[in-house]
Amino acid sequence: MTTFALPSYDEATSRYEPVIGLETHVELGTNTKMFCGCPTEFGAEPNTQVCPVCLALPGALPVANRAAIEATIRIGLALNCSIAEWCRFARKNYFYPDMPKNFQTSQYDEPLCVDGYVDVEVDGETVRIGIERVHLEEDTGKTLHVGGATGRIHGATESLVDYNRAGIPLVEIVTKPVPGIGAKAPEVAKAYVAELRDILRSLNVSDVRMEQGSLRCDVNTSLNLPGAEWGTRTETKNVNSLRSVERAVRSEIIRQAGLLDAGGSILQETRHFQEDTGDTRPGRSKETATDYRYFPEPDLVPMAPDPAWVAELKAALPELPRVKRARLREEWGVSELDMQSIVNAGAVELIEQTIAAGASAAGARKWWLGELARRANESGQELSMVGATPAQVAELQGLVDAGKINDKLARSVLEGVLAGEGDPAAVMAARGLEVVSDTGALTAAVDDAIAANPDIAAKIRDGKVAAAGALVGAVMKATRGQADAKTVRDLILERLS
Amino acid sequence: MTDVTSLTAAQIAGLVASGEASAAEVTRAHLDRIAAVDDRVHAFLHVDTQGAVQAAEAVDRRRAAGEELGPLAGVPIAVKDVLTTRGVPTTAASKILEGWRPPYDSTVVERLRAAGTVMLGKTNMDEFAMGSSTEYSAYGPTNNPWDLGRIPGGSGGGSAAALAAYEAPLAIGTDTGGSIRQPGAVTGTVGAKPTYGGTSRYGLIAFSSSLDTPGPCARTVEDTALLHSVIAGHDPRDSTSIPQPVPDVVAAARLGATGDLTGVRLGIVSEFNGEGAEPGVMAAFRESIEALTKLGAEVVEVSCPNFQYALPAYYLIAPSEASSNLARFDGVRYGLRAGDDGQRSLEEVMSMTREAGFGAEVKRRIIIGTYALSSGYYDAYYGQAQKVRTLITRDFESAFERVDVLVSPTTPFVAFPFGSRTADPYQMYLSDLYTIPTNLYGGPAISVPCGLSEGLPVGFQIMAPTMADDRMYRVGAALESAVGTFTPPAL
Ligand SMILES: [Zn+2]
Repeated sequence: MTTFALPSYDEATSRYEPVIGLETHVELGTNTKMFCGCPTEFGAEPNTQVCPVCLALPGALPVANRAAIEATIRIGLALNCSIAEWCRFARKNYFYPDMPKNFQTSQYDEPLCVDGYVDVEVDGETVRIGIERVHLEEDTGKTLHVGGATGRIHGATESLVDYNRAGIPLVEIVTKPVPGIGAKAPEVAKAYVAELRDILRSLNVSDVRMEQGSLRCDVNTSLNLPGAEWGTRTETKNVNSLRSVERAVRSEIIRQAGLLDAGGSILQETRHFQEDTGDTRPGRSKETATDYRYFPEPDLVPMAPDPAWVAELKAALPELPRVKRARLREEWGVSELDMQSIVNAGAVELIEQTIAAGASAAGARKWWLGELARRANESGQELSMVGATPAQVAELQGLVDAGKINDKLARSVLEGVLAGEGDPAAVMAARGLEVVSDTGALTAAVDDAIAANPDIAAKIRDGKVAAAGALVGAVMKATRGQADAKTVRDLILERLS
Repeated sequence: MTDVTSLTAAQIAGLVASGEASAAEVTRAHLDRIAAVDDRVHAFLHVDTQGAVQAAEAVDRRRAAGEELGPLAGVPIAVKDVLTTRGVPTTAASKILEGWRPPYDSTVVERLRAAGTVMLGKTNMDEFAMGSSTEYSAYGPTNNPWDLGRIPGGSGGGSAAALAAYEAPLAIGTDTGGSIRQPGAVTGTVGAKPTYGGTSRYGLIAFSSSLDTPGPCARTVEDTALLHSVIAGHDPRDSTSIPQPVPDVVAAARLGATGDLTGVRLGIVSEFNGEGAEPGVMAAFRESIEALTKLGAEVVEVSCPNFQYALPAYYLIAPSEASSNLARFDGVRYGLRAGDDGQRSLEEVMSMTREAGFGAEVKRRIIIGTYALSSGYYDAYYGQAQKVRTLITRDFESAFERVDVLVSPTTPFVAFPFGSRTADPYQMYLSDLYTIPTNLYGGPAISVPCGLSEGLPVGFQIMAPTMADDRMYRVGAALESAVGTFTPPAL
């Protein structure tokens, strides 16, 4: 393989125009699998959630899960799609050991939902992403290769298959190609997946956990010279977080630009995103193009959703994130840009719940976008996984508002909460962080400070009130920060008036 | 007491119900018969002696306790080895499933057990139901009790031969292109293919999902109807099962047995003009038509111009679906695994397993089906065959506007000698010339013995509209009342 120099991202996007497309797989949160009655819970002992149908024993037959069809239609409606009046499942034939039937029951040329769109905000601008199709299929099992050093099939002594996941309903959402977004392509991709995740969450159809694989994303990227036809696209798989979506597009743009700069051409191929290095690597090359030999699934009758039922589902859709954000922006009194940073931080629901737990909008925002966002960033976690609940944040802010702790102490309390020491009040008590509000003790500390700093005291007596800051500092130091600064200041001015 | 193995299922059920015979002794008599003749007939792949005796004793206990018994309680039955039976080996006559004991019962078998029938064992068939002679069984062919040197038909030759050899009074078959009816015809027994979706496919090891239909086999039309009524009806585990009540086939058979067909219109398919059929078969067919006319039936000729394309359409649709249905036999989860020496790759082991486990005819059909579904060929083959299927359905629908049932010989030839049609697959496929259109349409059809040609049985086929299974039983029973039943020479 020849090596070539990689341009910077800015250089790449100044010369080439990217076109992206996204395919997202969502595991539905139905109680039972797509074609049998097995439970779908995550994390059960291997091969305990299986039956003749999802193990593909000879003679077993599928029966479609109505709840999964309903969830798919609701997703389609939320993405502004048309719902097919008649459509079928199809068999996608290929051999793989974690796919018990050696075909996947999916949909081919007759998807349940088609031709929709979703609007996302990037840098204060609205980008409309077209939705090509939303269809329903089933998940595969999981293969575990043991005995080798790498955990991969090569060198493994045994391959073990867990069929618990086989047959869990999976919805595939495919965008139309998204051109014309220039250097914003990585952010658009990320914003789309985030928006999709929020929509799916609001529909309550999936737990949309990228890290557990219940939301999986493949990103298509191509580059073309301005005005030229679209280039050859690559498909990047293994993109398992919002941040990775952005990084994968960015690195693929840089890689393709470097290759094109060097006079090379892009190979239409599947690549895998590398979480550690942030770049993409070619997947296992297939000797021949796979012919899936799709044909209509003869074991299932066609789906023909009653238009009245679809209308009912549409009328019962919940408030979708975009509408909800506009409402919350109004209620919270924040600017469009502030709202976007709240969205980007994944903090909408968290702030909402914190307010519901009694905090002010400003107080809730301060913690989730400040200290907690910083920590989430540092540890590379989703904000919701950082370790504090909305109720705890509300309680923390309540302690501040009640004057029991100041902001600096509140950060120590939060640290205790995140360390698992308990709820804020308990941490405050255990760590002895409560503000010293007993004026007797404070007065003594103030008198000590005045006695130790006669020059400053004299200035204040002369009316130079600003000098009081130095004495406040001395008192705070003496009380190890556990005093309320405003009370201290009032006391000093009172003593020296 | 006369030998119970010569009785009909209805007679046996009557004896058991009245206490004149116990289910256990009836079962023992049939097991003894199997022991006496099956080394020559080879109708069974597996005889479940213990299971049968236990099931029979359970019926006797229920009777002794005064429980109400179903219309076939205590009657022995043979089940084609393509239906899963909990704990009892099920192979579909393939090496790839040798020794597999399913952990679950097919719906048909579940209903047979609930009805108190006594399963004697599993019957031989062409591997995965692909064939018309049982010569493609991986465990050796079944011999026709009428002439042990001839085929018993296929794929359900084992079930039909078990009836003709008096090893069982009832049997279950499955019909994808004629696998119940053609064996019935060449063994002088009755075989019915119900409306597609009228009997559940759950637990039927799939050959061609859109065609496969389990159905009843017996020596009389009434017994066939009784068995039909026990196994038919909606099953929520099969999405293609029809959620409608089953027509009263038993009443229809009893009505037909009175010998009155006044006002019944029979349609003779003009395209089935006897070309390629044996003269003796056509002669027996024409005599039957005359007999039915005497019973009051009106006979008209109807044209079904697309029936001539049925055979080629079938040989694209069925192998296409089979190529996908049989993909699951890969050695990973059950059945045979070949070549797993710890060195070979998974792909190699899968490939070696399928190479070793499937017979030549199964491989032929998997290859044809894989080809027909390939991108670039789909429209010309599978897609075109589906269009033909629609046209054939229209032929049936317009025919049934003019007549109540269509009639034809069941198969163009009587039982042929072993090896006479294996060299050229097309010669074998012609066996199903008259039975295949019904499968493509999805309607019901029955084969009833109607005479002999050179000493071998000839079958008469009656085809009815979907969910009008009762009509074919009425006409079939009337024919039986006119021509009688046919008994092979003693074994
Ligand atoms: Zn299952």
